[in-house]
Amino acid sequence: MNQVSAASPTLVERLDALYEYDREPVAENKLHGWKTFIAMFAGEHVAGTEFVLGPLMVMHGVSAFDFFVGLLIGNTLAVLSWAFMCAPIAVKTRLTIYWQLRKVCGPYLTVAYSAFYAIILCLLAGAMVSVAVTAISIPLDIPNPDYHAGDLVPTIPWMLLALVVGTVIAALAVLGFEKIAHFSKICAPWMVLVFFAAGLAVLQDLGTSGFGDFWRVANEKIFTGVPVGDNSKYTIWHVIGFAWLCNATQHIGMSDITIFRYAKGWKQGFASAFGMFLGHYMAWIASGILCAAFLAEGFTNPQPGNIAYFGAGIAGLISVVIAGWTTANPTLYRAGLAIQVATPNWKRWKVTFVAGAFMIITACIPAVNTYLDRIIGYYGLFFMPLGAFIFVDIWLFPKLGLEAYYADKKGLLLSWSAMLSWIISFGIILFFYGKDHYPWLSEILGNQPSWLAVIKADLLFMVAPEWVLCVILYIGFSKIQQANQSNNKT
Amino acid sequence: MKLILKIISLTGLLLTVVPSFLVFYEVIDKQTHFNYMIAGVLLWFATAPFWMRGTSLDDVEEK
Repeated sequence: MNQVSAASPTLVERLDALYEYDREPVAENKLHGWKTFIAMFAGEHVAGTEFVLGPLMVMHGVSAFDFFVGLLIGNTLAVLSWAFMCAPIAVKTRLTIYWQLRKVCGPYLTVAYSAFYAIILCLLAGAMVSVAVTAISIPLDIPNPDYHAGDLVPTIPWMLLALVVGTVIAALAVLGFEKIAHFSKICAPWMVLVFFAAGLAVLQDLGTSGFGDFWRVANEKIFTGVPVGDNSKYTIWHVIGFAWLCNATQHIGMSDITIFRYAKGWKQGFASAFGMFLGHYMAWIASGILCAAFLAEGFTNPQPGNIAYFGAGIAGLISVVIAGWTTANPTLYRAGLAIQVATPNWKRWKVTFVAGAFMIITACIPAVNTYLDRIIGYYGLFFMPLGAFIFVDIWLFPKLGLEAYYADKKGLLLSWSAMLSWIISFGIILFFYGKDHYPWLSEILGNQPSWLAVIKADLLFMVAPEWVLCVILYIGFSKIQQANQSNNKT
Repeated sequence: MKLILKIISLTGLLLTVVPSFLVFYEVIDKQTHFNYMIAGVLLWFATAPFWMRGTSLDDVEEK
């Protein structure tokens, strides 16, 4: 039933055609050295959303020790995941994530992956547009929405501004993103310094008398350990989990094998450190400092535009617009590419504008940026099992006497072992989180048995448990699947 | 020519970051720091695109 027939479904053929150009492994003469990967990571991970994530940690009452040490551990785990899990597989196989998934999971799950990925990319592009609009709105004297003050939707002028910005971004995405990707690389060194300079300049406002005094001020006035408003309290475990989970789709979820297949050696996976420690360490700390100084001055609603203007003036606003724009653009372009699978007769411009419409709607929902850490958490946990399956296929199956790329070799349209492992592992993780966080689930469960009640699992703690769970499930199901096929033959 | 452009770009970066240290040590005020940062933006973006190149993976895919 689930074998590829002579007349393959058009959806699969369309998808294959779309990615036909990178079907073959990368040739030796097209490989790149360290410089390319360092520039790429430094450029991509110092983005507009860094102006959101640092302040979120401040709002959630992270203490200074928890923030500095948690980020150090979490980002190191992320770099190690790129270096020891993602890059070695990319270098060994030299294939894109699309073709890897196609071989491991079968084309149907790959289509599902593309569809879900398109949705999340539109959502993230919307968050980046929102970041850019928070800066453009300031000189135009349009107030930024404050979700905590009850603004569930922005004002009409703000939405019109988002429409204009989103339309420009969509129009540029139609034209392709190579030139903007190049522009983004030009911005990277300047952007890193803007974050640093803005954070440093406002330390005086917080009463710092010198670098020796920084740790005291960090503890007492920036990362105080007390949540702002009705935000939940984050501990070091939240920080570690979030820093690791933030790009889980890219490293343990393996989507960056598409990039690292151009690497000369697996050690180039360590180039990710430039993205993590400039973008997700220095920039998060700087934006956290900006947020704290902004609030200490008696302002409310620490939106990216507001805090950047507070710390760096007009240059800060320019950096927020550029950071939002240069990251929203390729994100939207990739979302359009993924959506095109389901809309074969549509022109690229039409697909991109549909994705753009979704992006603009998302940008007009203030809750998206307020809960960006949660959205990123769901996104990472949702896609991560697929990377685990690739890891298992390539490194563990040969040692366990199982056949790698089983779906591809048997011509399966759908690997049920991968599908069940994906659904069950993500479902179990959601259950353990949701039992205390989703009111409807708590109500259904009623009084939880003591063994269940003691498990207090936050979404951000789930990276390792989910990875282990889906690996065990996938190996178990694959054993049954491959044994059944052998029995059917005999 | 390229060397001159690079020197101007570097000046732009220095104007972006050095004034923040001066604010930190109370040598200049924040408004002056903002003005220097604008000068930094202008110098950097007026010159860096002319010398800052680098092969990207996209270039490779286009070949």
